[in-house]
Amino acid sequence: MNQTAPIKQDIAIGVRGLVVGFGEKIILQNLDLDVRRGEVLGFVGGSGTGKSVLTRAVLGLVPKRAGAIEVFGRDLDALRPQEHRALEQRWGVLFQHGALFSGLTVRQNIQVPMREYLDISPRLMDELASLKIEMVGLKPDAADKFPSELSGGMIKRAALARALALDPDIVFLDEPTSGLDPIGAAEFDELIATLQKTLGLTVFMVTHDLDSLYSICDRIAALADRKVAAIGTIEEMLACEHPWLRAYFHGKRGRQFDPARGRG
Amino acid sequence: MSAEPTFAVAAAGLSMSVALGGRWTIAQAGVERSARALAKQVAGSSSVAIDLGGIDAIDTAGAWLIDRCRADIVKRGGAASYSNARPEHAILLEEAHWREFAIPKHAFGSVLVNLLADVGRTLTFAFRDVAAGVAFLGEVVAAVFRLILHPRRFRFTSFVYHVENFGFRSLPIIALINFLVGCIVAQQGLFQLKRFGASTFAVDLIGILVLRELAVLLTSIMIAGRSGSAITAEIGSMKMREEIDALRVMGLDPIEVLVVPRLLALLIALPLLTFLGDMAAIFGGLVTTWYYGGIGPEIFMGRLRDAIALNTFLVGMIKAPFMALVIALISTLEGMAVEGSAESLGRQVTASVVKSIFMVIVIDGLFAMFFAAIDY
Repeated sequence: MNQTAPIKQDIAIGVRGLVVGFGEKIILQNLDLDVRRGEVLGFVGGSGTGKSVLTRAVLGLVPKRAGAIEVFGRDLDALRPQEHRALEQRWGVLFQHGALFSGLTVRQNIQVPMREYLDISPRLMDELASLKIEMVGLKPDAADKFPSELSGGMIKRAALARALALDPDIVFLDEPTSGLDPIGAAEFDELIATLQKTLGLTVFMVTHDLDSLYSICDRIAALADRKVAAIGTIEEMLACEHPWLRAYFHGKRGRQFDPARGRG
Repeated sequence: MSAEPTFAVAAAGLSMSVALGGRWTIAQAGVERSARALAKQVAGSSSVAIDLGGIDAIDTAGAWLIDRCRADIVKRGGAASYSNARPEHAILLEEAHWREFAIPKHAFGSVLVNLLADVGRTLTFAFRDVAAGVAFLGEVVAAVFRLILHPRRFRFTSFVYHVENFGFRSLPIIALINFLVGCIVAQQGLFQLKRFGASTFAVDLIGILVLRELAVLLTSIMIAGRSGSAITAEIGSMKMREEIDALRVMGLDPIEVLVVPRLLALLIALPLLTFLGDMAAIFGGLVTTWYYGGIGPEIFMGRLRDAIALNTFLVGMIKAPFMALVIALISTLEGMAVEGSAESLGRQVTASVVKSIFMVIVIDGLFAMFFAAIDY
C-alpha cells in the first residue's frame, strides 16, 4: 500500500502519505488523495474521523507529521513564503461556521482579500462585492449588515461570497449545507454547481448531506480507518463493500437513493 | 501564465470591431486599466462588435469589466455585440453581466451637529446606565430574597468556587501591590516630614492613610480589573452562545444561577482581601521606616497604636462590601448586555472595568464626605 503513484498533471490537489496526529493520537495515517482539476469532490466520513483535519492540513492550518501535499503540481513544503501567498490567492475557503469577521459588514468581509492582494479602484471593488453578493443569492441590503444580524443560511452565503472574492481556482467547503433547511440546501447545491461550471472551479467539499453527494459531486471520497477507504463515483460507492460505506449509503437515510430498493 | 489583457481595435466608418486577447482575470494587474482604455477607444462609435475568440482566460471581474464597456455603449444609444465567445465564457458573461448596483454613500453631517448628537447620546446612555443598574440591583435583591426563602436553590458549590477564584487566587497580587504602596507612602512620608523634624509622624500618616483609604481603594481597583473583567467575559460569552437562554428555558433564573453566587463571593472576598491589604501595606510601611528612618518595629507599633483607633480600621472595612456590590453589579450587568459578536464582548469588558473603577472611586469619595459629616 505504501507504493505511491506519481501525481499526474490534471490533479489540483495531490496528497501522498499524509500523517497527522495530536499528541499520542494519530488522526490520519498514510493518507493518499487526488482531487482532479475542475471536479466536485465530496468528502464523507463519520464524525470525528478527521475530515476537517485533512482540510486544515491541506490549508496548512494543522501541522503534518509526514507526507507531501501538492497543489497545482507544487509541493507546499518547497514553496517560498512569497509563492505560498500567491498560491493562497488561488484557493477560497468556506469554513463550517462561516468565520466571517464579526467587526466588518458583509461587503467589507468580501473586500478583505481584494484590499489585501489587488490594486483595483474602490468603485470596481464595490461593484465586484455587490456582484458576488448577488451571485450567491443574497439580497443587496445584506451587504451592509454585520454577521451577527444574519441568519445561518445567509452567513453561509456571505462566507461563500468571501471565498469567491478573488475568483479562486479551488474552493474548500466545510459542510456547506449543514444547518440549512432542505430548500436552502438544495439552492446552495445548485449555486455551487452553477459557480463550478461557470468559473471552472475545483470544489473540495466536506459534507454529510447525501443529497449534495448525489446531485453535484462528480466523485466521492470516504474517510475511514485514518485513510481514504474508497474513492469514486456515486455508483462505485454504492457498490462498495466497505462496512462503513454500506452503512452510510444503504442505511435508513441512504435507502431512499438506493436504486435497488425502489423509491430513489 | 502572465499574458496581459489586450485588445485590438479596427474601425470601419462609425462601426468598430474589437478583438480581445490575453487573460482578463482579476489577478492580472492591468485588467482594470485595459478596460478603461478600451472604453475610451470605443467611446465615439455607434456600433461595436466585440470578438472574444482570442481570450485565454476570463473570470467574473474580467467579464464584469468587459460587459461594463458594452453597457456603456448601449447606454449612449449605440449597439454592441459579442462574437466567437467560447461556451464557458458566454456563461460567465451572462452570469456576471453588468447591472447597476445601488451602493449607499456615507453621509457626513456637519461636525458641530455630530458633536452635539454625540454628547446627547452619551448623556442619554449614562442616564440609561444608571436606570438599568438600579433595576438590576432590584432584580438581584429579589433573587436573594427568593433564595433566602428557598435556601436549597442556592448554588453553594459555585459560590465556593468563586470565593476561591476572586479571593484566594488574588492573594499574592493584592498583598504585593499593597505592600509596595505601603513602602512608597512611608518613604515619601519620612522624607517630607523630616524637613519639619517630624519624621516619626510618618507612622501616623501610614496608619491612617492606608487603613482609611488606600488599602480598600487599591484592592477594589485591582479586583475590578481582575475579577470584574473575568465576570463580564464569562457571562458575556455565555450570552453570546445562547447559554443564558438555555438556562431560562430550563426554568432556571440566570440571576439566581450566575449573578447571586458571584455577588456573594465578591461580598465575602473583597473585605477579606482588604484586611490582607491593610496588613501588607502596614508591613511595607514598617520595613521602609525601619530602613530609611531608623524607626524600629517596637517604636513603629507603639506609635501606630497611639495614632489609630478601631474606627480608623472600620472606615476602610465598611467600604469594602459596597465596593464589592458595585463591582459585581456592573460586571454582571455588562456581561448580560453582550450581543452576538466578539467585538461586542470586548467592548462590554472594557466598559465593565472602566465603569467599575470609576464607581469605586466615586463611592470612596461619597464615603469620605459621609464620614466627615458624622465625624467618624
